Amino acid sequence: MNLRNWRFLAILALALSLIAAACGGDDDETATTEASGGETETTAAPSGGDEEPLKVAFVHVGPVSDKGWSWAHDQGAKYLEANANVEVTTLESIPEGSDSQRVFEDLAADGNKLIFGTSFGYMEPMLAAAENYPDVVFEHATGFMSSENMGNYFGAAEEGRYLSGMAAGAATESNLIGYVAAFPIPEVLRGINAFTLGVREVKPEAQVQVVWTSTWFDPPVEKTAAESLLDAGADVIAMHQDSAAPGQAAEAAGAKWVGYNTDMTEFAETAWLTAPIWDWGPFYLKTTQEVAAGTWESAAYYGNIADGMVDLAPYGESVSDETIALIEERKQQIIDGTFSVLPDPIVDQDGNERELGDIFSMNYFVEGVIGSPTG
Amino acid sequence: MNDSTLILTLVAAIGLGTGLVFATVGEIITERAGNLNLGVQGMMLVGAVAGFWATFNTESLLLGVIVAMIAGAAFSVIHAFASVSLRVSQIVSGLALTIFGTGLSSFLGEAGEDPLVGNPSKATFEPILEGGLADIPVIGPLIFGHDLMVYVSWLTVAAASYYLFHTRMGLSLRAVGEDPASAESAGVNVARVRYAHIMAGGALAGAGGAYFSLALVPTWQNEPIGASGWIAIALVILASWRPWRALFAAYLFGAATRIGFTMQTLGEPWSNIPSSLLAMLPFVLAIIAMLVLASGKRARFLGAPAALGLPYFREQR
Repeated sequence: MNLRNWRFLAILALALSLIAAACGGDDDETATTEASGGETETTAAPSGGDEEPLKVAFVHVGPVSDKGWSWAHDQGAKYLEANANVEVTTLESIPEGSDSQRVFEDLAADGNKLIFGTSFGYMEPMLAAAENYPDVVFEHATGFMSSENMGNYFGAAEEGRYLSGMAAGAATESNLIGYVAAFPIPEVLRGINAFTLGVREVKPEAQVQVVWTSTWFDPPVEKTAAESLLDAGADVIAMHQDSAAPGQAAEAAGAKWVGYNTDMTEFAETAWLTAPIWDWGPFYLKTTQEVAAGTWESAAYYGNIADGMVDLAPYGESVSDETIALIEERKQQIIDGTFSVLPDPIVDQDGNERELGDIFSMNYFVEGVIGSPTG
Repeated sequence: MNDSTLILTLVAAIGLGTGLVFATVGEIITERAGNLNLGVQGMMLVGAVAGFWATFNTESLLLGVIVAMIAGAAFSVIHAFASVSLRVSQIVSGLALTIFGTGLSSFLGEAGEDPLVGNPSKATFEPILEGGLADIPVIGPLIFGHDLMVYVSWLTVAAASYYLFHTRMGLSLRAVGEDPASAESAGVNVARVRYAHIMAGGALAGAGGAYFSLALVPTWQNEPIGASGWIAIALVILASWRPWRALFAAYLFGAATRIGFTMQTLGEPWSNIPSSLLAMLPFVLAIIAMLVLASGKRARFLGAPAALGLPYFREQR
């Protein structure tokens, strides 16, 4: 057989394997263009009268099936679809960085009037795209840049962190709680501090030991980090990570677990306490209605428990009614605005009282945290 | 005694290292036949998703591992075909396998109406013994406290070592890796030997991947193995192409990963070391080992097959 025939066979084999891959699922309807770096799925909502539906697009960094960050945003998009006259386009697994500008501009050129980008690294590409499409509204999650037609939004996860810390404080017997954290940035430090204050409201003598993993998502590494905390005497594990691996480590060791992002009960049923979770739907609906009515203005939106962007996942079986009542009472006070999870002044790791300062550039630990706030 | 830092670190090292042991031994077998397969990461991921899928549908761990091995072997045929039959650069073909395998595993995990992604495994490998022998000081946790796959990995190392150095087939295989032309003149079919051992490497990489998705982190989430496939390739050099050394190289890597976290919990002065440096520790270790052990002529002395990475043309002498 000569070389040309071999080449043909090679191409045939590759093509066959691709076809086999495409047929791998039970349902071919959902399988679309994988090679282009994302899947497109367009759904028309039940039309509210004769009006043309507003075209809204979502761009996610991960797959919406991740049961984590992107999944939570997609739940918000589904809520929007069910409650407004919109035509939603969802793009998944779009890498962050300059290439995403092309994605935003394609969506704008395609007639989308409102485009949400749900990951930090889309910030500058989106700003550039917004400049080229001044008639389209852009909304960016977790960032700090904005323009005439680009707003940004995020939520006070620290409120959920505080409440979940109360559950952890009630559960600990060794008075040592392990916290698996990704990177020493203000968002994460804020969460650890609020969590610790919540823990110590219930158990003033308890401490929170932090270990840094230097990754948002790496299951074996996250699990190992959790195990090192368990072996150091922690009997509750909390996390600012995107996989369920720390929970599986806690379950195996007979410890308890506070998750993040979504209800992850199924991964570790006995260990599960609760988790700070996200509900983006109401914000997506409100923004869409403003854009449709022409009343939208560029702003930095910071959601919280009161408006429902941040919430607590369902409690695990081991959380006592007494603890639940305590947490719900605090939650109501947060909603009413009579309780602030990060007090000012605040006591730092060394026991010194200090000004709270700008929470978006927080760079210190509060009293009760063991570990280094610089990583 | 059994909860001293040293013992706990060693136990964690064995858990973290077991997936690597399978993949590294597999790559040693492939490389001993003169073929460098950089597709380990891809093969592990395909094995991980296939094994998870099989266990998810049958609740059988045995089937999960078998399916993972078949998937890994089948997937490695792409590399075998490209690099042995078509004589494409092994580097390029292996890299393509990794890129393809990474995408394929994520795609398969998300395919269908009820995708695998985000699900815990229906069955997981658990330690065989609780209490009793596992409670004996020191050797209890180190020898008796593991899940079945750890013992299988030890048997695999022993079998691979015996096969490579004490059987006729192993001799032919090493001859092909050292000097394929001479091997062929002695009646060995070079292409067939390379195909077989690329597939054996693929099967073991598949089993290694399944260890992650069924034992270490029994869930399906995209890319659950970290960078283990790449580490395995580095460990082959660290192990100087010998299976027994691969066992210890993999555990050393696992221990380095774990020590990074343990140090953060030990308090001062250990906790003053920046965590980002500790996170690099295993990788720095692997790079240093490679630089020291594999530089220049020493690589040959260590046992790198002479024909490693070279395509074989029968007509060219």
